[in-house]
Amino acid sequence: MAERFQQTAVPTIVVEPSRRLAAVNLRELWDYRDLLLFLAWRDISIRYKQTAMGAAWAVVQPLMTMLIFTIFFGNMAGVPSEGVAYPVFTLAALLPWQYFSTTLGNAAQSLVNNSNLLSKVYFPRLLIPVTSLLPSAVDFVIAFVVLLGMMFFYRVSPTWNVIWLPAFMALAVVTALGAGLWFAAMNVKYRDVRYIVPVLVQFGIFVSPVAYPSSLVPAPWRPLYALNPMVGVIEGFRWALLGTATPPWRFVALSSVAAVILLITGLFYFRRTEKTFADVI
Amino acid sequence: MSDVAISVKNLGKQYRIGGRRERHDTFTAALTAALASPFRRLRRIGKPVPAEQLFWALRNISFELSRGEVLGVIGRNGAGKSTLLKLLSRITEPTEGRMEIHGRLGSLLEVGTGFHPELTGRENIYLNGTILGMRRHEISRKFDEIVAFSGIETFLDTPVKRYSSGMYVRLAFAVAAHLEPEILVVDEVLAVGDVEFQKKCLGKMSEVAGEGRTVLFVSHNMAAVKNLCTQAMLLQDGKIVTRGDVESSVVAYLDLNSPVQEHGMISETASRIGTGEALLRRVTLTDDAGQINDQVMLGQPFNITTLFEIKNPIEDVFLEVGISTLDGLRVATVQNIDEARPGFSLKPGLHEITAEIDVTLLPREYVIDVVIGHLSGLIVDWVERTLQFSALNVARDSTDHYRWGEVRGFVRPKSVWHGPHPVSLD
Repeated sequence: MAERFQQTAVPTIVVEPSRRLAAVNLRELWDYRDLLLFLAWRDISIRYKQTAMGAAWAVVQPLMTMLIFTIFFGNMAGVPSEGVAYPVFTLAALLPWQYFSTTLGNAAQSLVNNSNLLSKVYFPRLLIPVTSLLPSAVDFVIAFVVLLGMMFFYRVSPTWNVIWLPAFMALAVVTALGAGLWFAAMNVKYRDVRYIVPVLVQFGIFVSPVAYPSSLVPAPWRPLYALNPMVGVIEGFRWALLGTATPPWRFVALSSVAAVILLITGLFYFRRTEKTFADVI
Repeated sequence: MSDVAISVKNLGKQYRIGGRRERHDTFTAALTAALASPFRRLRRIGKPVPAEQLFWALRNISFELSRGEVLGVIGRNGAGKSTLLKLLSRITEPTEGRMEIHGRLGSLLEVGTGFHPELTGRENIYLNGTILGMRRHEISRKFDEIVAFSGIETFLDTPVKRYSSGMYVRLAFAVAAHLEPEILVVDEVLAVGDVEFQKKCLGKMSEVAGEGRTVLFVSHNMAAVKNLCTQAMLLQDGKIVTRGDVESSVVAYLDLNSPVQEHGMISETASRIGTGEALLRRVTLTDDAGQINDQVMLGQPFNITTLFEIKNPIEDVFLEVGISTLDGLRVATVQNIDEARPGFSLKPGLHEITAEIDVTLLPREYVIDVVIGHLSGLIVDWVERTLQFSALNVARDSTDHYRWGEVRGFVRPKSVWHGPHPVSLD
């Protein structure tokens, strides 16, 4: 073993009280990729071990919401759905929304739930909220298969726009991570976050075009509306998957700017507070 | 390649304590306070926290540790040992100073960090291994070795929630023991598990040290420190008291911890409870030949002599001498009063009282506790953990011995054995 150590250059770590903001050490994050995967795998496998229905929950939740929205908004209120069957119209929005809200909820609790790790072992703290991006992605993939089935059933054929889907997914990831970093770091000191996030998520589903099309929002308000990054994500999903109307580039542009700002400020706040996590948590 | 593994200069870590009034742990509390006193809050922004709320857990710590050395860090609880470990393992950031770590550092502040009860032994080996900083292929390579070391082969695919606590610890330590960083920082993880397994772990650790790895080891177990470490550092109140050879640091630690100075003398300022009308000044142990000793041969009677300094005359008092294990478990108690002998009186001056004790203590380290008190129950002077002595496993004439490693209980009563006689059940 000793030989192996001699072959590699001895890494030197210098630790000093940080005065300025250190940049995110991507190289270090990459070195810890195994830990990221194992933590994500732990969260997924525990959930499957502890629940009787396991994977079914990834499908039941969006389907139930779809059902309720279809009855109350689609049928009773007659909300327009841009020429697509209302169930498909809302489910295409519910999937990214579900991904965002689950990821955000898990990320917000992630540091607190892993406090034993934070106070006993060193690793890049960012790893913990970043891990939250993965288990909900598994749910997303499962639910996506159901969405494809629904599209087949309602004879909605995808267009070539679908190649943009990963970009919109990436926008959802950026949004969820940005907000997740903020709440995760705040939660270390203020446990109120646990109660605030569900309220925000509940509120958010109605200020995002999940149950209705963005075209219902009065034109002058749309730029403000699009500052909610999920507006761009959802409009993008609908356009890419269902081929609805015109490409929502203006929404997507504004939403992307908002999402990137959210992520950068989130990273900034996280890096600034992470050095005291172990002392405070 | 430099020969220094760890270099620490003027390291300090400050914590905030108390100051409840100033800290708000919820938004609402912070908000209420902010609303109630906006001006006070505004004034406080940017101002330093009042000094009385700050406390240095560690300050002005400077030391270097060369490659291949095994440094034992000793000190009482609250001396700053854990803070030092947390700083070195980068769990928390120093308030001041600088440290350089040359090489991959692994820390073991707890066994089984991140173990999940729902996961199987196999799964937890991988999870815990990556948490401790191992790569996946590294764990796969050592997997069989880890399993063999833990001795839980048959339960590998059982969720660890069904493990006994012993099995849990063995598995956790097996993973930790196979960490191969160049620098290893270890907290008192050896304080768990059964004796046999502890020995195995100590063996594994000295193997690690033998491979030329640098180890920083925090422990209360002086025997382990003496066995494993090449150097020692004694911390007290966040500062380094001694740094050097193991023997002198351990002696300094024992002096700090024990009220007893040389020749069994006990200082006036030792930690004691009571009215102070009389003060215990010396405790000595002598064998039945009158020789002062700190060892008792198996089955040999011994004498415990206490010396009291009486400040004011006291009446109707009793003396109690107790023998306890190092963990503080009382093994035996003798008092100098009973039906036939009422309390006694002491005039100012120095007085010696000796108790002849005839008991066969099983081989182990013991300490002597002394209490002098009024018959009413009011304690005059009470000093615990005074003199430490060991009961040996061999009698003086070597006709009797007790095998090490099988010590159960504390005393061996006189026993007379009969048989075997052939019997029948009819």
